[in-house]
Amino acid sequence: MADVNPLVEGLERLPVPPTTLTIFGATGDLAKRKLLPALYNLAHEGSLPERFNLIGISRRPQTDDEFRQIAREAIVEHSRHDPDPDVLDALLERLSYIGFSFDDAEGYVRLRAAVEALDAAGEPLNRAFYLSTAPEYFGIIATTLAAAGLNDESGAEVRVIIEKPFGTDLASARALQEVVSTSFRERQIYRIDHYLGKETVQNMLAFRFANAMFEPLWNRNYIDHVQITASEDIGIGTRAGYYDQAGALRDLVQNHMLQLLCLLCMEPPAAFDSKQVRDEKVKVLQAIRPPAPGATVRGQYATGVSGGEEVAGYLDEEGVPEGSATETYAALRLEVDNWRWSGVPIVLRTGKRLARKVTEIAVQLKPVPHMAFQTDGSVGVEPNQLILTMQPDEGVSLRLGAKIPGARMRIRPVAMEFRYGTTFLSQSPEAYERLILDAMRGDSTLFTRGDEVDAQWSIIDPVLDAWRAGDVPLATYAAGSEGPAEADALLGENRSWRSL
Amino acid sequence: MAEEVWAERDTTPGAIEAALRELLNQRHAIDEAFAPARVLNLVVIVDAAYAGEVENRLEAVGRYHPSRTVLCKVEAGRRSLDAWASLAFDDAVPVPGRLSVTRERVEISLGPHHLRGLATIVDPLLVSDLATVIWSPHGHDDAVQALRRHAQVVLLDSVGADAVDGALAAAAEWARDLYVVDLAWLRSTPWRERLAAAFDPPEWRRGLGEISAVTVRHRADSSASAALFCGWLASRLGWRPETLTAHGDTLRGRARARRDEVALTLEPVPEMTSPGLSGVTVQTASGESVALDRAPGGLRSVRVRRDGMRSVWTVLGASRGESGILGEGVRQALLRDPTYAPALAAAREMIAS
Repeated sequence: MADVNPLVEGLERLPVPPTTLTIFGATGDLAKRKLLPALYNLAHEGSLPERFNLIGISRRPQTDDEFRQIAREAIVEHSRHDPDPDVLDALLERLSYIGFSFDDAEGYVRLRAAVEALDAAGEPLNRAFYLSTAPEYFGIIATTLAAAGLNDESGAEVRVIIEKPFGTDLASARALQEVVSTSFRERQIYRIDHYLGKETVQNMLAFRFANAMFEPLWNRNYIDHVQITASEDIGIGTRAGYYDQAGALRDLVQNHMLQLLCLLCMEPPAAFDSKQVRDEKVKVLQAIRPPAPGATVRGQYATGVSGGEEVAGYLDEEGVPEGSATETYAALRLEVDNWRWSGVPIVLRTGKRLARKVTEIAVQLKPVPHMAFQTDGSVGVEPNQLILTMQPDEGVSLRLGAKIPGARMRIRPVAMEFRYGTTFLSQSPEAYERLILDAMRGDSTLFTRGDEVDAQWSIIDPVLDAWRAGDVPLATYAAGSEGPAEADALLGENRSWRSL
Repeated sequence: MAEEVWAERDTTPGAIEAALRELLNQRHAIDEAFAPARVLNLVVIVDAAYAGEVENRLEAVGRYHPSRTVLCKVEAGRRSLDAWASLAFDDAVPVPGRLSVTRERVEISLGPHHLRGLATIVDPLLVSDLATVIWSPHGHDDAVQALRRHAQVVLLDSVGADAVDGALAAAAEWARDLYVVDLAWLRSTPWRERLAAAFDPPEWRRGLGEISAVTVRHRADSSASAALFCGWLASRLGWRPETLTAHGDTLRGRARARRDEVALTLEPVPEMTSPGLSGVTVQTASGESVALDRAPGGLRSVRVRRDGMRSVWTVLGASRGESGILGEGVRQALLRDPTYAPALAAAREMIAS
């Protein structure tokens, strides 16, 4: 029979090889809120492979049944499907648990025995190891998996899925890459950036490359500037321990926002496969010069009003060290130095405790070269703006000039909108459902490659250095506001941030 | 879920359309967050006496509600049109930062004599530029014919048809110029997906060229699903099927594969309660087999290797139920499955009259 399975054509759910998935950090917050519910949703929809097992690993000693109870509660609370009791019970039967410290070599021997015990006779199942732990354990887990022979690919595919952050700066990312690559080949490593699993992020590629009307405009001749925004209206909550170490730049800009920038600016790949898509993204990253300190703004929220209530400033949040200089707001002005984008400012901003939660890309076109219409008595003609919204109202909006009804030729901007919620019947799967499935199928298109991570840190590292050296003062902004006023200067003359 | 309603006796399509527009304008003026869904039009033609059953199924399709549903209730002896229109919203009061998606529904009571000119009643009520799907579960082929030029998709259910060959022939006839979504085909989807997965590992894929027998177990009224499943296998694997013959309630026959013949059996399962398939067994000439059967929490998969070793798993998956199947049918109306038409052609070879 042919190399290609003739039965898969036309099917929506493609076959997934038999897999034993091991989650390190299986009782952690990410596992409970995202990974376990995602696995249930896949089971509910019939997307898991027929032979599937899950082994949970964390430090605490507990029985399989205790872990199953934790998983049951997490799934009931967070799954997007109402759990079907039969499916849930059948899935939980596939769960087992081993408790050991991540640096305990003997634990990995037990893990190997457990993984091998789950293999069907003569037919080893693929192995996927999901590292959902604190980042400092990524290296030791990878090397100890290899030391226990769990990276052995004879008879089965072995993959390691690594959560973000991959390093905390360029040096640590390279050090981690070196450690991981001594144990696993690049094709076995799946670095998660869950933004890439979101339908609306993937839609950027469809939007750009499945519609002929935008591509002729998608360059420096027609685009004035681009704003990429990822704002949140909430504070840091209970994440002070992590957040104070990371800050806004590492938390969102280095990974998610640079990925959005890549998808916006990349050249069309010849095919939608992992190599070609990621090759094009890397070219974009490599064309970005690190911004000078003056092209960056860092800020921290102070006491303010959010949702009508007075809220604490960052320094008053529980767990934040006294006098912390960690930024809760970051804005950068970048340029992609290539033929298509040269001279087009691309400004990124992200922050906590801003006026509104929104993730969007606003592409502002240049103004029309000649204005034939009178503009008195109206807002007038404004440049076209294309808004790609990732959240909360996923969709695309195009700002156009239109005549105001009446005897005079007066113009004002109107919006032409496409909204996922009104145009598609389907409920979007959670990003983690797509990514877990892709990792089990060996499709790395939506994962970040090693050279991408390196290129991302190469842009961000000099900014971290400048901020650490105090070259850029820490601005403050009132909680619930649009962010620090200092960020306005990043856009240049006659430009302003879109209102949040 | 909230609702706004308009109704009028002895009305006209123009009045219904104006009422819908007014309802939408009023609602949008209250808050821009009320946004009409714009996915597809669904036109349903039903006997008024059995409309409740169809309405219940439509209510239960969950998130796969069409954006505008036009339900035509055919009532013997009726001479005039009565209509009722409603808007239903996700949220009675818009939630800040979220769209409240609005769906429109029109019910028209009409007489049999209206059916020939049904297009003139329905066409003004369709949202332009959206795909239009026709579903006529109680027959009324004249109504579907009348709407044919205005639709892109016809929703059918060959399961339960009095004559399977006739149902499959009708599907083929509609498929000349419409995209056919046959719920009988969708009932076979999980089975097709699982069989494809079972033969996906390279060491098993070789077995696809050695299949010697296929048995499909089904509810007594669901032989269309079974035939479409076999037709799918035949068309994907290049078999030339012959007409099956009845042996009691079971249909048996053969298909000519590249190397050898494949024995085909469609076997009714009397105790089966829900429509569709109950199980599938595929055997190869070298002694391998894969059997899938319904089980709690999914499908029970039994594999036998050529050395006789037997493995049993449950392939996880929740039952979609009849409402889920209808919802899936609505969703599929916007997709295109390139394997249905060849499967239908092969199924017709097997179930020739």
